[in-house]
Amino acid sequence: MRIPVLSLGRILLVSIQEDLTDSDAMQFQSDLVERVAETEALGVAIDITALDVVDSYMARVINDTAYMVRLLGAEAVICGVQPFVAMTLIEMGRDLLGADCAFNLEQGLEILKGRIAKRGDTRFDEDEDA
Amino acid sequence: MPESFAGTKIPVMSAADIVTARRVARDLCERLGLGKADQTRLATAVSELARNVIQYACEGVCLIEDRSDSHTRRIRVQVEDRGPGIPDIPLAMTDGYSTSGGLGAGLPGTRRLVDEFQIESEPGHTRITIILRKPL
Repeated sequence: MRIPVLSLGRILLVSIQEDLTDSDAMQFQSDLVERVAETEALGVAIDITALDVVDSYMARVINDTAYMVRLLGAEAVICGVQPFVAMTLIEMGRDLLGADCAFNLEQGLEILKGRIAKRGDTRFDEDEDA
Repeated sequence: MPESFAGTKIPVMSAADIVTARRVARDLCERLGLGKADQTRLATAVSELARNVIQYACEGVCLIEDRSDSHTRRIRVQVEDRGPGIPDIPLAMTDGYSTSGGLGAGLPGTRRLVDEFQIESEPGHTRITIILRKPL
Protein backbone atom coordinates (compact mmCIF):
# COMPACT_ATOMS: atom_id res chain seq x y z
CA MET A 1 0.00 0.00 0.00
CA ARG A 2 1.27 3.46 -0.92
CA ILE A 3 0.47 6.55 1.06
CA PRO A 4 -0.21 9.55 -1.16
CA VAL A 5 1.98 12.61 -0.64
CA LEU A 6 0.22 15.86 -1.53
CA SER A 7 1.96 19.12 -2.20
CA LEU A 8 0.72 22.53 -1.21
CA GLY A 9 3.24 24.94 -2.63
CA ARG A 10 6.55 23.99 -1.05
CA ILE A 11 4.92 22.08 1.77
CA LEU A 12 4.15 18.37 1.60
CA LEU A 13 1.17 16.77 3.32
CA VAL A 14 0.95 13.12 4.20
CA SER A 15 -2.02 11.62 5.93
CA ILE A 16 -1.67 8.07 7.21
CA GLN A 17 -5.18 6.70 6.96
CA GLU A 18 -4.69 3.05 7.72
CA ASP A 19 -3.07 0.74 10.15
CA LEU A 20 0.31 0.16 8.47
CA THR A 21 2.28 -3.05 8.36
CA ASP A 22 6.00 -2.72 9.05
CA SER A 23 6.91 -2.81 5.38
CA ASP A 24 4.24 -0.21 4.55
CA ALA A 25 5.78 1.99 7.22
CA MET A 26 9.26 1.65 5.73
CA GLN A 27 7.86 2.30 2.25
CA PHE A 28 6.17 5.43 3.57
CA GLN A 29 9.43 6.61 5.08
CA SER A 30 11.50 6.20 1.94
CA ASP A 31 8.78 7.60 -0.35
CA LEU A 32 8.46 10.71 1.77
CA VAL A 33 12.17 11.32 2.21
CA GLU A 34 12.75 10.89 -1.52
CA ARG A 35 9.91 13.21 -2.35
CA VAL A 36 11.22 15.91 -0.01
CA ALA A 37 14.63 15.71 -1.65
CA GLU A 38 13.18 15.68 -5.17
CA THR A 39 10.92 18.68 -4.67
CA GLU A 40 13.18 20.50 -2.20
CA ALA A 41 10.16 20.93 -0.01
CA LEU A 42 10.48 23.39 2.85
CA GLY A 43 8.15 21.66 5.24
CA VAL A 44 6.32 18.38 5.80
CA ALA A 45 3.18 17.76 7.82
CA ILE A 46 2.57 14.14 8.78
CA ASP A 47 -1.02 13.58 9.85
CA ILE A 48 -1.65 10.51 12.02
CA THR A 49 -5.18 11.35 13.18
CA ALA A 50 -6.44 8.03 11.82
CA LEU A 51 -3.91 5.89 13.68
CA ASP A 52 -5.43 4.38 16.81
CA VAL A 53 -2.39 2.24 17.59
CA VAL A 54 1.16 3.55 17.48
CA ASP A 55 3.53 0.97 18.94
CA SER A 56 7.21 1.54 19.62
CA TYR A 57 8.15 0.48 16.09
CA MET A 58 5.71 2.86 14.40
CA ALA A 59 6.70 5.65 16.79
CA ARG A 60 10.31 5.15 15.80
CA VAL A 61 9.50 5.18 12.08
CA ILE A 62 7.54 8.43 12.43
CA ASN A 63 10.20 10.01 14.59
CA ASP A 64 13.05 8.94 12.34
CA THR A 65 11.17 10.19 9.29
CA ALA A 66 10.77 13.63 10.88
CA TYR A 67 14.50 13.76 11.65
CA MET A 68 15.46 12.56 8.16
CA VAL A 69 13.32 15.27 6.63
CA ARG A 70 15.11 17.82 8.82
CA LEU A 71 18.50 16.53 7.76
CA LEU A 72 17.53 17.31 4.19
CA GLY A 73 16.70 20.88 5.11
CA ALA A 74 12.93 20.85 5.59
CA GLU A 75 10.81 21.37 8.70
CA ALA A 76 8.57 18.56 9.95
CA VAL A 77 5.52 18.46 12.19
CA ILE A 78 3.48 15.44 13.33
CA CYS A 79 -0.24 16.22 13.44
CA GLY A 80 -3.23 14.68 15.18
CA VAL A 81 -1.76 12.27 17.74
CA GLN A 82 -4.87 10.75 19.38
CA PRO A 83 -5.19 11.23 23.14
CA PHE A 84 -5.10 7.50 23.87
CA VAL A 85 -2.13 7.04 21.61
CA ALA A 86 -0.34 9.81 23.52
CA MET A 87 -1.19 8.17 26.85
CA THR A 88 -0.03 4.75 25.71
CA LEU A 89 3.22 6.06 24.24
CA ILE A 90 4.16 7.92 27.40
CA GLU A 91 3.23 4.93 29.57
CA MET A 92 5.51 2.76 27.46
CA GLY A 93 8.45 5.12 27.48
CA ARG A 94 8.99 8.84 27.41
CA ASP A 95 11.23 9.24 24.46
CA LEU A 96 9.25 7.35 21.87
CA LEU A 97 7.90 10.33 19.98
CA GLY A 98 10.13 13.37 20.29
CA ALA A 99 9.31 15.23 17.09
CA ASP A 100 7.26 18.43 17.07
CA CYS A 101 3.50 17.91 17.17
CA ALA A 102 0.31 19.83 16.45
CA PHE A 103 -3.34 19.12 17.22
CA ASN A 104 -4.37 18.88 13.59
CA LEU A 105 -3.23 19.42 10.03
CA GLU A 106 -4.37 23.04 10.01
CA GLN A 107 -2.28 23.95 13.04
CA GLY A 108 0.57 21.88 11.72
CA LEU A 109 0.59 23.97 8.55
CA GLU A 110 0.59 27.19 10.56
CA ILE A 111 3.56 25.98 12.58
CA LEU A 112 5.43 25.00 9.42
CA LYS A 113 4.75 28.33 7.74
CA GLY A 114 5.82 30.23 10.85
CA ARG A 115 8.98 28.26 11.11
CA ILE A 116 9.86 28.59 7.45
CA ALA A 117 9.28 32.35 7.64
CA LYS A 118 11.43 32.58 10.76
CA ARG A 119 14.41 30.97 9.17
CA GLY A 120 14.09 33.59 6.46
CA ASP A 121 13.88 31.16 3.62
CA THR A 122 13.54 33.21 0.49
CA ARG A 123 12.58 30.22 -1.63
CA PHE A 124 9.24 30.22 0.14
CA ASP A 125 8.64 33.96 -0.44
CA GLU A 126 9.21 33.56 -4.15
CA ASP A 127 6.52 30.92 -4.27
CA GLU A 128 4.07 33.08 -2.37
CA ASP A 129 4.56 36.00 -4.73
CA ALA A 130 4.27 33.97 -7.87
CA MET B 1 -5.83 -26.66 29.84
CA PRO B 2 -9.38 -25.40 30.14
CA GLU B 3 -10.83 -24.78 26.71
CA SER B 4 -14.09 -23.27 27.81
CA PHE B 5 -13.02 -19.66 27.23
CA ALA B 6 -13.98 -17.72 24.15
CA GLY B 7 -10.70 -17.12 22.41
CA THR B 8 -9.07 -16.41 19.10
CA LYS B 9 -5.86 -18.01 18.01
CA ILE B 10 -3.85 -15.96 15.56
CA PRO B 11 -0.82 -17.42 13.82
CA VAL B 12 1.99 -14.86 13.82
CA MET B 13 4.09 -15.48 10.73
CA SER B 14 4.39 -12.15 8.97
CA ALA B 15 4.15 -8.45 9.72
CA ALA B 16 0.54 -8.46 8.46
CA ASP B 17 -0.38 -10.82 11.30
CA ILE B 18 0.73 -8.17 13.79
CA VAL B 19 -1.97 -5.90 12.40
CA THR B 20 -4.55 -8.71 12.66
CA ALA B 21 -3.57 -9.54 16.24
CA ARG B 22 -3.91 -5.99 17.48
CA ARG B 23 -7.25 -5.62 15.71
CA VAL B 24 -8.59 -8.77 17.40
CA ALA B 25 -7.36 -7.49 20.79
CA ARG B 26 -9.01 -4.13 20.28
CA ASP B 27 -12.29 -5.70 19.13
CA LEU B 28 -12.47 -7.93 22.19
CA CYS B 29 -11.83 -4.95 24.50
CA GLU B 30 -14.59 -3.07 22.78
CA ARG B 31 -16.98 -6.01 23.02
CA LEU B 32 -16.36 -6.25 26.76
CA GLY B 33 -17.12 -2.57 27.11
CA LEU B 34 -13.59 -1.48 27.97
CA GLY B 35 -12.83 2.15 27.19
CA LYS B 36 -10.69 3.57 24.43
CA ALA B 37 -7.69 3.92 26.73
CA ASP B 38 -7.68 0.20 27.52
CA GLN B 39 -8.38 -0.74 23.91
CA THR B 40 -5.34 1.24 22.85
CA ARG B 41 -3.17 -0.15 25.66
CA LEU B 42 -3.98 -3.76 24.89
CA ALA B 43 -3.73 -3.36 21.12
CA THR B 44 -0.34 -1.71 21.55
CA ALA B 45 0.88 -4.39 23.99
CA VAL B 46 -0.20 -7.16 21.59
CA SER B 47 1.53 -5.35 18.76
CA GLU B 48 4.82 -5.21 20.71
CA LEU B 49 4.69 -8.90 21.64
CA ALA B 50 3.73 -10.07 18.16
CA ARG B 51 6.53 -7.98 16.70
CA ASN B 52 9.03 -9.66 19.03
CA VAL B 53 7.90 -13.02 17.66
CA ILE B 54 8.54 -11.94 14.07
CA GLN B 55 11.84 -10.35 14.98
CA TYR B 56 13.37 -13.04 17.16
CA ALA B 57 11.55 -16.29 16.43
CA CYS B 58 10.16 -15.80 12.90
CA GLU B 59 6.85 -17.41 13.81
CA GLY B 60 4.57 -18.11 16.71
CA VAL B 61 1.02 -17.98 17.94
CA CYS B 62 -1.02 -15.32 19.68
CA LEU B 63 -4.00 -16.48 21.74
CA ILE B 64 -6.46 -13.82 22.83
CA GLU B 65 -9.09 -14.95 25.33
CA ASP B 66 -11.99 -13.52 27.24
CA ARG B 67 -11.47 -14.82 30.79
CA SER B 68 -14.06 -12.68 32.51
CA ASP B 69 -15.98 -13.95 35.51
CA SER B 70 -18.91 -12.55 37.46
CA HIS B 71 -16.81 -9.85 39.13
CA THR B 72 -14.12 -8.96 36.65
CA ARG B 73 -13.71 -8.41 32.97
CA ARG B 74 -10.44 -10.01 32.08
CA ILE B 75 -8.61 -10.41 28.78
CA ARG B 76 -5.68 -12.77 28.65
CA VAL B 77 -3.22 -12.77 25.78
CA GLN B 78 -0.59 -15.46 25.39
CA VAL B 79 2.11 -15.09 22.79
CA GLU B 80 4.18 -18.19 22.22
CA ASP B 81 7.05 -19.08 19.95
CA ARG B 82 9.69 -21.73 19.42
CA GLY B 83 12.52 -19.28 18.93
CA PRO B 84 15.88 -19.11 20.71
CA GLY B 85 14.35 -17.87 23.97
CA ILE B 86 15.29 -14.92 26.14
CA PRO B 87 18.62 -15.74 27.80
CA ASP B 88 18.49 -13.05 30.48
CA ILE B 89 14.93 -12.07 31.37
CA PRO B 90 15.79 -9.36 33.95
CA LEU B 91 18.08 -7.76 31.37
CA ALA B 92 15.39 -7.96 28.67
CA MET B 93 13.02 -6.23 31.09
CA THR B 94 15.42 -3.31 31.56
CA ASP B 95 14.38 -0.03 29.99
CA GLY B 96 16.52 0.90 27.03
CA TYR B 97 17.98 -2.56 26.54
CA SER B 98 17.63 -4.03 23.06
CA THR B 99 19.43 -6.67 21.08
CA SER B 100 17.72 -5.71 17.85
CA GLY B 101 18.70 -2.07 17.55
CA GLY B 102 15.22 -1.01 18.61
CA LEU B 103 14.50 1.56 21.27
CA GLY B 104 14.39 -1.08 23.97
CA ALA B 105 10.89 -0.04 25.00
CA GLY B 106 9.31 -3.32 23.90
CA LEU B 107 9.06 -5.62 26.94
CA PRO B 108 9.38 -3.14 29.82
CA GLY B 109 7.02 -0.77 27.98
CA THR B 110 4.51 -3.54 27.42
CA ARG B 111 4.59 -4.49 31.09
CA ARG B 112 3.57 -0.96 32.02
CA LEU B 113 0.51 -1.14 29.77
CA VAL B 114 -1.12 -4.20 31.37
CA ASP B 115 -2.18 -5.44 34.81
CA GLU B 116 -0.32 -8.75 34.77
CA PHE B 117 2.77 -9.73 32.87
CA GLN B 118 4.58 -13.03 32.93
CA ILE B 119 7.46 -14.46 30.90
CA GLU B 120 8.44 -18.09 30.66
CA SER B 121 11.39 -18.70 28.41
CA GLU B 122 13.86 -21.42 27.60
CA PRO B 123 15.72 -22.21 24.39
CA GLY B 124 13.08 -23.39 21.91
CA HIS B 125 10.07 -22.07 23.80
CA THR B 126 9.00 -18.65 24.99
CA ARG B 127 5.60 -17.77 26.34
CA ILE B 128 4.58 -14.30 27.42
CA THR B 129 1.23 -13.89 29.16
CA ILE B 130 -0.43 -10.55 29.70
CA ILE B 131 -3.73 -9.80 31.39
CA LEU B 132 -5.83 -6.67 31.33
CA ARG B 133 -8.62 -6.57 33.91
CA LYS B 134 -11.36 -4.24 34.96
CA PRO B 135 -14.01 -4.75 37.64
CA LEU B 136 -17.51 -5.26 36.23
